[in-house]
Amino acid sequence: MAGQLEKVTLGKSITNGLRKAMEADPKVVLIGEDIGKLGGVFRITEGLQKDFGEDRVIDSPLAESGIVGTAVGMALRGYRPVCEIQFDGFVYPAFDQIVSQVAKMHARALGAVKIPMVIRIPFGGGIGSPEHHSESPEAYFAHTAGLRVVACSNPEDAHWMIQQAVACDDPVIFFEPKRRYHDRAEYDTTATTAPRGLFEANVLREGTDVTLLGYGPVVKTMLESAAAAEAEGTSIEVIDLRSLSPLPIDTIVESVRKTGRLVVVQEASSFLGMASEISAQVTEQCFYELEAPVIRVAGANIPYPPSRMEEEFLPDLDRILDGVDRALAY
Amino acid sequence: MSDKVVAELQEPTPAVGDGGPDMIQLLTPEGQRVSHPDYDKYVADLTPEDLRSFYRDLVLIRRLDAEGYALQRQGELGLWPSLLGQEAAQVGSGRALRPHDFVFPTYREHGVGFVRGMDPQSSLQLFRGVSQGGWDPQENNFHLYTIVIGAQALHATGYAMGVRMDGNVGTGDPDRDTAVICYFGDGASSQGDVNEAFVYAASFDAPVVFFCQNNQWAISEPVEKQTRIPLFQRARGFGFPGVRVDGNDILATYAVTQHCLDEARNGNGPLLIEAYTYRMGAHTTADDPTKYRVSAEVEEWKFRDPILRLKTLLAHEGMADEAFFVRIDEEADQFAAELREGCVTMETMAGETMWDHVYAEDHPVMEAERAAYLAYKASFEEAN
Repeated sequence: MAGQLEKVTLGKSITNGLRKAMEADPKVVLIGEDIGKLGGVFRITEGLQKDFGEDRVIDSPLAESGIVGTAVGMALRGYRPVCEIQFDGFVYPAFDQIVSQVAKMHARALGAVKIPMVIRIPFGGGIGSPEHHSESPEAYFAHTAGLRVVACSNPEDAHWMIQQAVACDDPVIFFEPKRRYHDRAEYDTTATTAPRGLFEANVLREGTDVTLLGYGPVVKTMLESAAAAEAEGTSIEVIDLRSLSPLPIDTIVESVRKTGRLVVVQEASSFLGMASEISAQVTEQCFYELEAPVIRVAGANIPYPPSRMEEEFLPDLDRILDGVDRALAY
Repeated sequence: MSDKVVAELQEPTPAVGDGGPDMIQLLTPEGQRVSHPDYDKYVADLTPEDLRSFYRDLVLIRRLDAEGYALQRQGELGLWPSLLGQEAAQVGSGRALRPHDFVFPTYREHGVGFVRGMDPQSSLQLFRGVSQGGWDPQENNFHLYTIVIGAQALHATGYAMGVRMDGNVGTGDPDRDTAVICYFGDGASSQGDVNEAFVYAASFDAPVVFFCQNNQWAISEPVEKQTRIPLFQRARGFGFPGVRVDGNDILATYAVTQHCLDEARNGNGPLLIEAYTYRMGAHTTADDPTKYRVSAEVEEWKFRDPILRLKTLLAHEGMADEAFFVRIDEEADQFAAELREGCVTMETMAGETMWDHVYAEDHPVMEAERAAYLAYKASFEEAN
């Protein structure tokens, strides 16, 4: 099959994925702040209102609970809404609707109604923004039963994962690594089937000494770290988690049983974060195979710092390699 | 500022107990039918049979409420939120709806659910603790009870936005044009979600009628804590019409709701109705209103009882005789007996069903936890 390889940014890949989802199902509607003419502050919905109209690409009033709450109503009416939250730190006004309504409606109705909704959230730091623009709130949502939580890390995944999220009958919180929006990669944009399921992890690089696991913006940093480690003779297996809930624990366990060491990377603060849960589950399942405790390389347990200090906060190549060294030191 | 604006800004809030001159009324507390130039037409076609059925609904849902209260006191329900005193607001508005209109209730709309054709047992499931909701909202176009105050206002608005996107507004086809009604209370009017719903509904011309039952009390807080101005006047600030109706007057509530639903179906939504009423009982069975309100106020409202005034009208106008009222009371007794029987025999679902509907699609954690639970349970059987 002759595919068409194209070099596309991560941001544009989401745009294209949304376009395909809207073409495939007339019930798919987008709602969010500034997503119409402007195409969103990150231009992810650029051109979609022009092509699909104001009823399907809805510029919302400036109220996040309203975005999610009205989307619940649209879902009850048979639509498949895709909400855009402008920045991670602005999702909290919608938190009640997400955890009390979106997450619980299907169970409350004993399955009589579905809430096939996607809530897109650009997340993470590294863009030099003021407060509330650089957060990693994924653990709040992964903690809540009834939600599914995913994070894409590269253009091809972004292209497919957004379409799979829209097609999912459960609510999906879709985290987009905002500092990677402009990263480009070449892939077959005409392919008709996704390379893997939405809730599967992806082993990006095989290795034998240490498993390096993360999601979203840190995946690229992990790959760079693995390349640097290889030069020093350390073989690192890199896994892009992709699905935060449900957790693709089998892939992680399989890798850890091979390497005996696990380093989990996240931008979010370490306390009660994704890495903590992964550490607990891996310890439960791989107790005898582990050569070292599970190491967390994460954000500090402080509010996100001012942008001129954020390099000190974010896990970078050196901190990841330091984590690898600590795992190897046992 | 013009004198008119200043005068409007200085307009005093009517005292509790007095709906003020703007309140629409068609039936006085004494049971006298009074005329209103705008709303008479909505009740003109009501037959004596219709009015008798209104009366029946009022009596049956008051009985439903009394049984709910008693069942809680007997330990059969964990909690019961009473609708006592609000029967006319619920039946009057509920009866104005068409089958394809859609209702978003709070947890107190047992009466609206009843007139929508819900199995009365449904209202009890949540409070008996056998389900967190448990009915199919599409069956009677009556959504699940929402407990988080005001959250459903956004759902109603979004649903109404969907109705408009479907093109089911303003076509002139009564089988197609659809309105959405959203119930909430005076306390909820302070919630961000309700105010956001007003903004969204206005911005998207949503065919939604916001139906605020101002029962004067949000648990222990009087309505003055929520608002300086009459609640129906809030609508004007959001750019849509608001109207206050005597919520204890079933004819006026029916007429005003009909009007507003028609407006919404015709594409002139949203609208706000403030049904001026009174919570005669406690907020729920866990509440003690003697700690925060005087009994004289409750006594005053007893004179405005919604059922008594319709009964007076029916009797005085010769539309019902004593035998009818006796028959309805007997029906209520029968209804209550069935309700009690249904409640105490309601089945608790097996523990392993807790994982069944958390997700619509397969989920590995649900399967794993259910399997672990069953294995744990089975381990006791084996031990025996």
